[in-house]
Amino acid sequence: MSDAPLPLVASDGGAAARERRERLRVLLRSPTFLVGAAIILFWVFCALFGEAVVPLDPYADDMMNYLMPPSAEHWFGTDQLGRDVFSRVIVGSRDILTVAPLATLISTLAGAALGLVMGYYRGWADEILSRVIDAMLALPTIVIALLALVALGTSTITVVLVIGFTFAPIIAKTVRAAVLAEREVEYVAAAELRRESGLYVMFIEILPNVAAPILVEATIRLGYAIFAVATLSFIGFGIQPPSPDWGLSISTNYGLLTGGYWWTVLFDSLAIASLVVAVNLVADAMQAALHD
Amino acid sequence: MLKVALRRFLLFVLTLWLLSIIVFLASHVLPGNVGRAMLGPFADPRAVDQLNHELGTDRPLLAQYADWLGGFVQGDMGDSFAMRQPVAPFVWNALGNSLRLALLALVLVVPLGILGGVLAALFVGRPLDRVITVGGLSAAVVPEFISGIVLILIFGVWLKWLPLSAAAPADAGLLVQIKYLLLPSIPLVLVLFGYIARMTRAGMIEALDSDYMRTAMLKGLKRSTAIRRHALRNALLPTISVVATQTVYLLGGLVAIEVLFHYRGIGSLIYTAAQKKDFPMLQAAVLVVGAVFILASLAADLIYAWLNPRIRLGGGE
Repeated sequence: MSDAPLPLVASDGGAAARERRERLRVLLRSPTFLVGAAIILFWVFCALFGEAVVPLDPYADDMMNYLMPPSAEHWFGTDQLGRDVFSRVIVGSRDILTVAPLATLISTLAGAALGLVMGYYRGWADEILSRVIDAMLALPTIVIALLALVALGTSTITVVLVIGFTFAPIIAKTVRAAVLAEREVEYVAAAELRRESGLYVMFIEILPNVAAPILVEATIRLGYAIFAVATLSFIGFGIQPPSPDWGLSISTNYGLLTGGYWWTVLFDSLAIASLVVAVNLVADAMQAALHD
Repeated sequence: MLKVALRRFLLFVLTLWLLSIIVFLASHVLPGNVGRAMLGPFADPRAVDQLNHELGTDRPLLAQYADWLGGFVQGDMGDSFAMRQPVAPFVWNALGNSLRLALLALVLVVPLGILGGVLAALFVGRPLDRVITVGGLSAAVVPEFISGIVLILIFGVWLKWLPLSAAAPADAGLLVQIKYLLLPSIPLVLVLFGYIARMTRAGMIEALDSDYMRTAMLKGLKRSTAIRRHALRNALLPTISVVATQTVYLLGGLVAIEVLFHYRGIGSLIYTAAQKKDFPMLQAAVLVVGAVFILASLAADLIYAWLNPRIRLGGGE
């Protein structure tokens, strides 16, 4: 700690950059990552341009052709109102791919800030916050989100905020752990010796060095955000009608399962499953690249 | 051991108390005006005031909290707004049903998860390992209601092997009850399998690589005996904690599963209370869910401490 050699820090930066490039190369070669990323890109494309490319209007009723099984005209059949299921599944990616990433962004920003403060300052504030976070984590996401949504009223914005703030403590915990390890490294002591402010040390010095674990954690959370939004929509507290959202469509149609109208729910189910699994594959590959 | 147990217990009480504050704040402060939130934006202001008075939500927050917690500790969870009846019997009854479902899921998933983890560790880096880890992890992130629907389609609608509803006839025996609960428990199994397998795999890989395993092999034990007697025992310790932490996912998954399978458990109780904006019922059920999880963590901590000689025989953590 005596005369912390500053040049060392600089050369360390170069090595870190090299290491980052190396990790990126490992990542881009991982089949898990490529498969996951391809599926995500497909759904992002559908979310952005789906309305323009689908064969039929996803909102148009056709009472003459309701509950038709899959055919050449309606690839995935039609629902109770005669709407084309294929078009609805394609366009249905939009809301969940808006709400879940926004919620993840909020939780990452709030969680990273909280985790930095807790890990850097430690002390009684960290102690209290850690206990509160542990108490919050005793409640399943869906349950705590449901409670908050009943209190605040369900709308797209409240869903984003509620899931964002429900996930923030989880991210804070991960970031705190990473910061605890990082704050013992010389560059932090060097910055403190230069009498940099706490904010500077946390956000300019430490943050870039814990960015990788934060990114991985955010990707994992994105998967769970999709999980949570889909489940909330399924029980009627997420995305609201008339959206062709997947979870919502399943919620309105699953009663028809016993009647054998499987096409009204199966394709939406597969869409959700493919999206969460894809995000998870990407997160898994990122984690592997980080720890190798 | 006693010191560890006492500290864990104090932590348990503290967490429970913090949880009660969180639930109270979420149901009393977040809505702004509880009566207004329950009756909706178009209700007569006088009716809102009347309801707030009836619920006691027009009193100071601290008094409300003290009353609520005081009642809760004595087993009085308040009165349901929608049913005009005490909440407690509903909550306990629903919890019993849910625990039955959760228990079946755990009985199925723990051996399966351990088996999967051990197999993955024995074949580490080989295709079987990849299938178990990637497959398990992928299954863990698919929402329960999705796998539930696919299972209903396959086993209920197409093959007609299993009933579509989880509610068995009132006089059904144990086996018939299990038959009804089997389909709803599988989605929960799918969600939990990956985590348990992953923890067991990690513990097992570490154990297989350890000095005591080498010693066991060198002294001439058969590999299978050494694995069973030495490696597995050590590898299973972290699995115990993971089973406890996963109960929170299990309890969360119950909401969607119980709605999907029309099962009267704590999850569907929370769902109905949320739909009716029945705050007293909702907060009681949510608090009980949190308490069950904290209790499970406490139990796991104590079992872990007891099984681990390094903690049991003193010497701290």
